[in-house]
Amino acid sequence: MSPILTISGLHKSFGELEVLKGIDLTMQQGDVVSLIGSSGSGKTTLLRCVNLLEDFEKGSIELAGQKIGYREDGAGQRRRLPEREVARQRSMTGMAFQQFNLFPHMTAIRNVMLGLIKTKNMPKDEAREVAQKWLERVGMAARSDHYPGQLSGGQQQRVAIARAIAMNPQIMLFDEVTSALDPELVAEVLAVVRDLAVEGMTMLLVTHEMRFARDVSTKVVFMHQGRIHEEGTPDEIFGAPKTERLQGFLANSEI
Amino acid sequence: MNLLDGLGDTILISVSSVVLGTILGVFVGLAMTYGQRWLRFIVRLYIDFLRGTPVFVLILACFYVLSVVGVDLTAFQAGVLALTLFCSSHVGEIVRGALSAIAVGQTEAAKSIGLTFMQTFVYVLLPQALRQILPTWVNTATEIVKASTLLSIIGVVELLLATQQVIARTYLSLEFYLFAGFVYFLLNFVIEQAGRAVERRISIP
Repeated sequence: MSPILTISGLHKSFGELEVLKGIDLTMQQGDVVSLIGSSGSGKTTLLRCVNLLEDFEKGSIELAGQKIGYREDGAGQRRRLPEREVARQRSMTGMAFQQFNLFPHMTAIRNVMLGLIKTKNMPKDEAREVAQKWLERVGMAARSDHYPGQLSGGQQQRVAIARAIAMNPQIMLFDEVTSALDPELVAEVLAVVRDLAVEGMTMLLVTHEMRFARDVSTKVVFMHQGRIHEEGTPDEIFGAPKTERLQGFLANSEI
Repeated sequence: MNLLDGLGDTILISVSSVVLGTILGVFVGLAMTYGQRWLRFIVRLYIDFLRGTPVFVLILACFYVLSVVGVDLTAFQAGVLALTLFCSSHVGEIVRGALSAIAVGQTEAAKSIGLTFMQTFVYVLLPQALRQILPTWVNTATEIVKASTLLSIIGVVELLLATQQVIARTYLSLEFYLFAGFVYFLLNFVIEQAGRAVERRISIP
């Protein structure tokens, strides 16, 4: 089976600071990969490279067999693809953000419908049906006509996940989706993410919820200073960490 | 009726200046927010120059200076041009402010569902920016109504000059100035109330 996502030799710098120093990662359909590591290790940046919210200088990312973001011209020069093409490739991924980022001037269902109508060119009625279906799946059907400002953080995040996944992406990216939530709201969002994982959605998550990562992942990747420091099954990573760095990191995290 | 004609001109001047100035101002704001460095520099100069100059001077410049360089405008046209430029600098500044106040996450979320820059601007950023702009924009509109009185200096018979002409005939200066003042107040009162009504209507719950 050909992989859904192939990252090879990925380098990324912010000015002088090199935040990704050569990342290689492969994901098959249905894989759930959690990126863990201390802040500044590059895990969020890696996630944002996959949907081209960040540029990268070296290496390549292949999504469903297609190199994304850049192409080589005749002279071997690396060029960024035109915006329309980048936008299309971006819609092959879905992303849920730490701060939800719902559009405040639209109701929940309109938030979900916007991409369906504008990117997928779906007729309005069909978009409404699809959106309603996904809101139901995340347990938000009853609130589909509420504005984000009328919803709790957990509810907003569930709508945001529905908005991303309604686009039918090849892979879902979750960027610390519970970090901005009050503790009592974390569970409802994790339950939604867990359901998606169980149903076979391919997912790449950045998370600080170690217990959740252990439960839900097929693979866990520990990042340190811009490199993959250690990777393995959840049992290997959490049960028998090999490197001192990972042992130290886990000792300082709540499990 | 002289006064009614004057009032008509005041309204016509104000409406055309505000409409034209707002259209121009949105582009000014866009250039300030998304333009290349050189474009931002030029537009910044434009804004600072217009905001740093008294409207009175702008009006005189449009009327007298432009005719020196061969652009012949009627007093009415020159006045509307001056007010339009003045309005565009204010609108440009508030559009820039509103756009840059929108969290960057909004743009990222729009991108992440595959929207292009234009779609992001039209469906996500602009609706939020317009709501934010409205109260300040209403203020600018009332400023323009008041500034339109300055056109009397270059001989446009708007409400103020029409009033003065009536006073010259009747010598009832107190009565007619009071009346003119009241009409200006009424105009701006209506604008503000309309603005508030729209604000309530489009406010985000």
